Amino acid sequence: MGNRVAIVGIGHSKFGKRNDVSLNELAWEAIKAALDDSGLSQKDISFMSVGNFGYWSEEILPAVTVAEYAGIKCGSLRTEAACSSGSAALKIAYDHITSGSGKIAMAMGLEKMYNSPNSTIIELIGRAGNYFWEFENFGLTFPGYYALYATRYLHDFGYSEEDLCEAPVKAHHYGSKNKYAQFQKEITVEECMKSKYVARPLKIYDSSPITDGAAAVILASEDIARKINDTPVYIKGLGNATGSSYLGKRDDFTGLEAGRRAAEIAYKSAGISDPKNSFDLLEVHDCFSIAEVMAYEDLGIASKGKGLNMLKEHQTYHDGKFPVNPDGGLKAKGHPIGATGISQAVEITKQLRNEADPGRQVSINRGMALQHNIGGTGHYAYVTIYSRGD
Amino acid sequence: MHMLPYTQEVIRLYKEGIFFDARNLELKYQMPVKRIEKFFEGLEKGKIFATRCNNCGELYFPPQMDCPVCRNNDMSWEEVSGNAKLETYTIIETTPTSFQKYGSYVIAIGLLESGVRVLSWLRIDDFTKIKIGMNIVLKTEKNDDGGYTYIFEAP
Repeated sequence: MGNRVAIVGIGHSKFGKRNDVSLNELAWEAIKAALDDSGLSQKDISFMSVGNFGYWSEEILPAVTVAEYAGIKCGSLRTEAACSSGSAALKIAYDHITSGSGKIAMAMGLEKMYNSPNSTIIELIGRAGNYFWEFENFGLTFPGYYALYATRYLHDFGYSEEDLCEAPVKAHHYGSKNKYAQFQKEITVEECMKSKYVARPLKIYDSSPITDGAAAVILASEDIARKINDTPVYIKGLGNATGSSYLGKRDDFTGLEAGRRAAEIAYKSAGISDPKNSFDLLEVHDCFSIAEVMAYEDLGIASKGKGLNMLKEHQTYHDGKFPVNPDGGLKAKGHPIGATGISQAVEITKQLRNEADPGRQVSINRGMALQHNIGGTGHYAYVTIYSRGD
Repeated sequence: MHMLPYTQEVIRLYKEGIFFDARNLELKYQMPVKRIEKFFEGLEKGKIFATRCNNCGELYFPPQMDCPVCRNNDMSWEEVSGNAKLETYTIIETTPTSFQKYGSYVIAIGLLESGVRVLSWLRIDDFTKIKIGMNIVLKTEKNDDGGYTYIFEAP
């Protein structure tokens, strides 16, 4: 195959409100774990990319402060692709190896959102679209973006808000089994329905939380991967796309066009023709309940309008036909913006290695998994396909 | 220089293990709109303008003075009818701090007769009367701050 790239080390911090640590200390939790997992040392790494959205935390050169704290001296950069900044970091590290620039790279993601008050966070994240024509004049919030999709989806396909609440119920179920998750307790549809509206029809329980967190992966080229780790997880294909910044430029409010395009490119690059029968698990971008449902459809796992039905029928639980987010997803595990894409990669690696906790380890038969990471509301889209390669 | 806690609030946070930033950063951007000033002049006169490429005919809203398809800046200003159909909407209940004085508000996306879509507020007394596909009209108006804006209304 030539120049394949594999994940040979993973690290993950506890997600949540992490006022017990600084930005650099939080990053170190993930970096140290990834180094330990791989058995590599800092000087083996020839490039490091850091997915970070920032603004709410004080450092504007986080790649530099983190590298120094972690004893890393190779070239580095920070990547921004909103909530898919982590996947963008992964792509840069992947490209570093496939281009032949180096053999080992680290991609990490990091966010320290609680370094600012909630009001500042709402103000900042509402700008993640087209600033002047949406936020400045009309105060569109981030939940508002997805609510515009939720309204139309429920209308067109005849579902209710109760139906949407099935998404957080599943997420919290798996969060309760994941020691790294921000939320560790189960919830019910009734509790979800009673929660406060943030942007109708979406409620607090339809929404992922504000989270501090870090995650790291170490990538290596195929010729050395197996010497580092006996269960390397290969990146089999990638696809990415950019959607319009202004929502008025879009003609479909029941799915994310950029997500569909990214999936199509990823499937082509991985040689996948039947996504319904290819993966042992999917990690999808469920920043809001509606986002999870649209992901099923945009990825071709569910047909148009049937995604929510698939969730209601529990087909996407860990023991269902299409396991999705057995780590609790963005909703329950937490959504530290720049770390989310790397956290998904860590979870997929853990699952493909059969190392996930009891009660959420999926059955690994095909040895393949998919990661779907969206920035903004389909403003950025990254789809990555992984294979155990055995 | 402040290295040690110095006010009540800072001392309180310090006891919780947090160092409270002593430096303030105010972000207020200065955004050039010179090339699309006709749009804002139009609002004052009750008109909503888009731009059209004189070469390929593409209509742009928000207005822009460069056509990326033709790679030229040969654009005309074109008034668009406000008649629209409601494509989707949301009611913002948790508002950004800078919008708190307005209470809850409806954000809508309408498809105008000219074929462009516009995102704006929708003014309607009874939120339960909002229906996807309903006819709405985009109008200009002077807002409380003395500036001009555009807003959808249900007839």
